[in-house]
Amino acid sequence: MTVTTDPLAATGGPPLADDTGVAAPDPVLRVEDVSVSLGGHRVLDQVSFSLEGGGFCGLIGSNGAGKTTLLRVILGLVKPSSGRVVVVGGTRSRQDPQVGYVPQKIVLEADMPLRARDLVGLGLDGHRFGISKPGAKRRIAVEEMLDAVGAARFADARIGHLSGGEQQRVMIAQALICRPKLLLLDEPLANLDIRSAAEVVELLARIAAEHHIAILLSAHDMNPLLPVLDRIVYLADGRAVAGTTEEVVRTDTLSQLYGHHVEVIHVQGRVLVVSGAEHQAHHPGDPDPFDPEA
Amino acid sequence: MLAAAPWSSLFEPGFFTSEPVRIALVVGAIAAVVSGIVGVFTVIRGQSFAGHALSDIGTAGGSAAVLVGASTLYGFVAFNVVAAGVMELIGIRKPRGRDLATGIVLGASLGLAALFLYEDTISSSTTGATVNVLFGSIYTLPPGITTVMAVLGAASIALIAVLYRPLLLSSVSYELAAARRVPVRLVGGGYLLALALAVSMSAVAIGAILSTALLIGPAAIALRLATRTGVAIGVAAAVGVFACWTGTLVAYDSTVWAGGNGWPVSFCVVAVIFVLYFASGVFSRLRANRRRATAAAHETALRPLEAA
Repeated sequence: MTVTTDPLAATGGPPLADDTGVAAPDPVLRVEDVSVSLGGHRVLDQVSFSLEGGGFCGLIGSNGAGKTTLLRVILGLVKPSSGRVVVVGGTRSRQDPQVGYVPQKIVLEADMPLRARDLVGLGLDGHRFGISKPGAKRRIAVEEMLDAVGAARFADARIGHLSGGEQQRVMIAQALICRPKLLLLDEPLANLDIRSAAEVVELLARIAAEHHIAILLSAHDMNPLLPVLDRIVYLADGRAVAGTTEEVVRTDTLSQLYGHHVEVIHVQGRVLVVSGAEHQAHHPGDPDPFDPEA
Repeated sequence: MLAAAPWSSLFEPGFFTSEPVRIALVVGAIAAVVSGIVGVFTVIRGQSFAGHALSDIGTAGGSAAVLVGASTLYGFVAFNVVAAGVMELIGIRKPRGRDLATGIVLGASLGLAALFLYEDTISSSTTGATVNVLFGSIYTLPPGITTVMAVLGAASIALIAVLYRPLLLSSVSYELAAARRVPVRLVGGGYLLALALAVSMSAVAIGAILSTALLIGPAAIALRLATRTGVAIGVAAAVGVFACWTGTLVAYDSTVWAGGNGWPVSFCVVAVIFVLYFASGVFSRLRANRRRATAAAHETALRPLEAA
């Protein structure tokens, strides 16, 4: 018997063993047959997959494929029209958020009066009313988190003055400081240069392994993620296939998903998904599955 | 004795003993502190337009109060709070929808202000009410007003204190705050209420259409100087109080220079704010240059080490 709402797992206790004495698997997130309709348009169509602790999963799809909507469903910001989402621990109470979140490219103005360490502190208690009481415990927690993401060097700089990669590190620290079991990131690599993107990916992979956190990261280009991805959820037009990269990123699987022929091509360690020439003319409305600029 | 000469020329006779001046200084300080605190959030939330609109909307309330013989403060508060509520109801989530809601409420209120100010002028056969509502009447306030101002000021500061962290989080990212289960609508509405109160109070001090200056000016100066929210709020409040008091003093003294009819307090306050804003720009630019120079020097100093 599998226990999905395991209170001990939520508080960081040891995994419960079932009657047979074998440790139960710990799916941190289960998405079951989730469908979402927004304004009469079907944005997600029976999406199912699950994630385990320590796993790094890419949510891949072009713009408009439903990536952000799926993340919003998991966060509880959008109610699915059918299906359900189970996050380990069952309830996500205000005091103990089980899901860390880094939203899509946020604009931090240069005159925002917050230092990097202040933003990380908001990750700890920004959702609570009142003014935070400064204390050694809080300061140490923030300090540790800044160290963990390599942001200690610019901890006292204004967040608006930091580079895109540095801001992303601070946002990740902000999301992790409550020790969630699941970390969601919406297009964190967009607008980053190649080197910063690689650094962020490396940091996330390390965090997933060291802290046994499940990471679900959305991206329109899977290539910067390929070395670290354990699993992939590929979204096209609201439908999804999930599995290992080898299982999903194949000509037959993706052609079935798209509903028309697409070709998966491996070129110099990169994977390209291109529309099959013979059917292209029949599907002018389909989103372009491959963004050459990515 | 020696110090007395420049001292007395700075403060014209009667400044410290005059009851209207005392009320003006207290009312100005309360309005400035509240506007400074609320103003920092107005600027970082990008709601300067809403702040400005609420100031203008206050003219309708102030002129209506004059019409029924009540204190303008009550008119400002009543209209601004209702207007803030309507703006919130129309919807303020997206910046564009927010601007639209603000603009619609603003237009309707200015129409009412035109009607009420016209009626005020007809019924009193003077333009005194119009000038008081639009440009303030800090020297002609009833003594009881300081208590009312203190209570309203305490209420809006308390509101900001309660909303402080969720307000900051949703200023960083609305989406993130919503995901953290912050009641973003409620927080936004509560903040708008504090804004309505702040704007009403500074309308009493320097006039309805100038109260934006006290809201945005000191906050903008503070954001140039301070790196932390708490410090920025303190600086904004201090700059506001300084501007109000200096402006009040200059206006008082100007009765001597200008031969009987002194300059309006509002003009003097706004002039001080503008000068400080300019000075803070120069200061922050010099500071940035100095930091860049220090960083460059540091780099040059390290280079021989790296080469070795």
